[in-house]
Amino acid sequence: MAAAVTLLLCPAGAGAAEQSGPKISDFKLDNGLELVVIPDHRAPVITHMIWYKVGAADETAGKSGLAHFLEHLMFKGTAMHPAGQFSSVVARMGGQENAFTSSDYTGYYQRVPSEKLEEVMGFEADRMTGLVLTDAVVLPERDVILEERNQRMENNPRARLGEQMDAALFLNSPYGRPVIGWRHEMEGLTKDDAIGFYRRFYGPNNAVVVVAGDVDPQQALAFAKQTYGKLKPHADIAPRARPLEPPPAAVRSLTLADPRVEQPTLQRSYLVPSFHTAKPGESEALEVLAHILGAGSNSRLYRALVVDKHVAVSAGAYYDSSAYDMSKFGVYGAPVEGVSLTDLESATDAVIAEVIDKGVTADELDRSKSRLVADAIYAQDNQATMARWYGQALMTGATVADVQSWPDRIRAVTAAQVQNAARQWLERIRSVTGYLVKDTGPAVNKAERTAPAKSGSTGEKRS
Amino acid sequence: MMRLLGFIGGALTLALVQAAPAGAMTIEKIVSPKGITAWLVREKAVPLVALNYAFKGGAAQDPAGKSGTANLVADTLDEGAGDLDSKAFHDRIERHAIELSFNASRDEFRGSLRVLNEHRDEAFDLLRKALTEPRFEPSAVERVRGQELAGLRRETTNPNSIAGRIWWETAFPGHPYSFETKGSLETVPAITPDDLRDFTKRVFARNGLTVSIVGDIDEKTAGEMIDKAFAALPAANDLKPVADVKPKGLGRRIVAELDVPQAVVMFGGPGLGRHDPDFMAAYIVNHILGGGSFSSRLYKEVREKRGLAYGVSENLAWFDHTALIMGGTATRADRTAEALAIIETETKKMAEEGPTADELAAAKDYLKGAYALSLDTSSKIAAQLTQIQLDRLGIDYIQRRSAMIDAVTLDDAKRVAKRIYGSGMLVTVAGRPKGLASSTQ
Repeated sequence: MAAAVTLLLCPAGAGAAEQSGPKISDFKLDNGLELVVIPDHRAPVITHMIWYKVGAADETAGKSGLAHFLEHLMFKGTAMHPAGQFSSVVARMGGQENAFTSSDYTGYYQRVPSEKLEEVMGFEADRMTGLVLTDAVVLPERDVILEERNQRMENNPRARLGEQMDAALFLNSPYGRPVIGWRHEMEGLTKDDAIGFYRRFYGPNNAVVVVAGDVDPQQALAFAKQTYGKLKPHADIAPRARPLEPPPAAVRSLTLADPRVEQPTLQRSYLVPSFHTAKPGESEALEVLAHILGAGSNSRLYRALVVDKHVAVSAGAYYDSSAYDMSKFGVYGAPVEGVSLTDLESATDAVIAEVIDKGVTADELDRSKSRLVADAIYAQDNQATMARWYGQALMTGATVADVQSWPDRIRAVTAAQVQNAARQWLERIRSVTGYLVKDTGPAVNKAERTAPAKSGSTGEKRS
Repeated sequence: MMRLLGFIGGALTLALVQAAPAGAMTIEKIVSPKGITAWLVREKAVPLVALNYAFKGGAAQDPAGKSGTANLVADTLDEGAGDLDSKAFHDRIERHAIELSFNASRDEFRGSLRVLNEHRDEAFDLLRKALTEPRFEPSAVERVRGQELAGLRRETTNPNSIAGRIWWETAFPGHPYSFETKGSLETVPAITPDDLRDFTKRVFARNGLTVSIVGDIDEKTAGEMIDKAFAALPAANDLKPVADVKPKGLGRRIVAELDVPQAVVMFGGPGLGRHDPDFMAAYIVNHILGGGSFSSRLYKEVREKRGLAYGVSENLAWFDHTALIMGGTATRADRTAEALAIIETETKKMAEEGPTADELAAAKDYLKGAYALSLDTSSKIAAQLTQIQLDRLGIDYIQRRSAMIDAVTLDDAKRVAKRIYGSGMLVTVAGRPKGLASSTQ
């Protein structure tokens, strides 16, 4: 779930190293800052990322969107480096930068020539404690995040369905809140809210720096000591303890009707463990299960719904292991014309029931595991991907060793574990089902219209 | 064509950033045993190979009334080939963790392949099957068509798609560039499996082929793999001529009413061809006005100072038969007119005054340095090599690029700013922008 809701500062655009992969260094400075160095000497560039263990799930109730708002405001300058200076220095280096926020973490990165590492570390260390905000920069930026919400959510019915489903799936966990924030709360966010949040959560002992690229680990450590190492640890950083979900007790479903929906969609989310909250082997079994059930054209859902029964134009499943608290397992499909969402849902449930009853074949298991494990090697081809994998893992309760053992843990998954995972976690009572339908007029009672029989007209031109 | 594998023009070792031997990258021009030319970069760090290639003739070669043909070919090529049906084909791809993709742009049909060394033979074999013996079985074509139509239906109420479609239709009436590469709800249903087969026969040929290969592979094996994938293709393509064209509708504004809270704005006009002597100056001036991430004039004026939009950008785009500057933003309905006025003011100001010396120096530094970031993975290098070949910039382009950027003077920049921003723009808007209507013309 964390990955699915990560917001980038600017529109842009977990796994592991095999034995053959790079040797990862993991250091801890005296002030509590963790430094991970991933060598990649192919090009004279580095990816420098700082990850803070704070995200939307750490916001106070009533202040949704604050973690992400602060992420934007971190570009507004410090006493030492006025607004725009850091960005213009990075640009002058030929560097690229951006930032992102999820429920569990907030991150900032620069991709620059290797010899600039110490300089960007200096800037980043400076803004860890030196941020200065005024209403003159805060208020226009609040308009920017409202436009970001418009662009991501209000203009996109599918995204709004996802937002509603998260709110229904997580009854007590703050994961039910959108990372971008609810509009009415975003409109009221202030400079003081942002500074308060910053002072509470930003400090060296709540951060991990990941450097991937053409750098010697000892050199990176020396630079880090020279810059980040001079900061005092934050006295009040406590382990994250968010409200947790109660055991699910009701099958939930909801309908989002919008006049702009031209292709109805079925979505299902199940409340399941993340790597951090799972028992050993459980999260890995869920990864293999998601792959067998819903990755690609030979997955169970695609074969059954799209190819064999012709009830869907697309179908699939996903699972994200990286969340500090509980995560979610998703299943989705879009019906062919003339098939109702109810019928598609029944067909989808039949596929899931078959896995629960009869398990998966040895062949499916082998094929899926090979594909998943190969991702760990492909990732080594991209230093930014490697940096993201390690950063995300460390933000959501995993360790460097956990990332490195991931391929072995995937290889160890058995067919029985996959079947058990399906049986235990893909229970309807753990789920929310969402129907995205066309709103055909104000007279219709939306609450009762859960699943219309037909999709929208096909030949409609723009109005 | 019995020549042995060898080098033409020797090999070039390029240090991307001076005094950084770790980043040295050598591009070799190789010729396969069957005579296919390719650019190769050997990189042993990760046990994989990334292939990138392009055939001349993309969506602009779609048959009349059947726009979306090239795109449907791209989406259906992995749905069975030779002795393998769709299921068997996908099974091999997944089992061997092969990443195989195809896509159609306006002027080229492009593809990429990434595979771990241990499965290299299998991967290139599958690629050959897909390119030379695609099945296009009716059931598979219908299934893929259904997915495309579902996407096209969604687009009918998507402001980005609507603003984009109107822009291209208005700029290039009657020309193949007027159509989206993915076609429309009217044209995609008309495409038959024979149309797909015919497209591959006309376009997939060795004379229109550009190949780049990067990874843990020597030149001999690279030549063998290239032959395995491409040698069975016909020698010559059969492309229909496409006319050179300039965008129309400059100075015009078209507003399409759509009930969304945020209006999407697209703007564009004539740009400069890749071989225009002023291209590099235009590239730099464009970066100053609307490129980069947090530094452009449009970013500062529209987003940072006024909070009117989350994103605003403007780019150069060049094609075989036209060249454009194109940009866009998305902004709330009651301030769309204000955002558009600022974009127009800034564009006009750039045309009249050009950039400052400081802006020029900063942009040069950025554009020189940032190039290394587009060359840091095997796939990115392979894609970049294909683009350099398609643009006919020469195997030493990466080495010469910085000097070309440095050669642009402030006078050049000012002159070229007037050239590209002085002729007006076609603007399309989808949404309900307050106080902003279509212009008459």
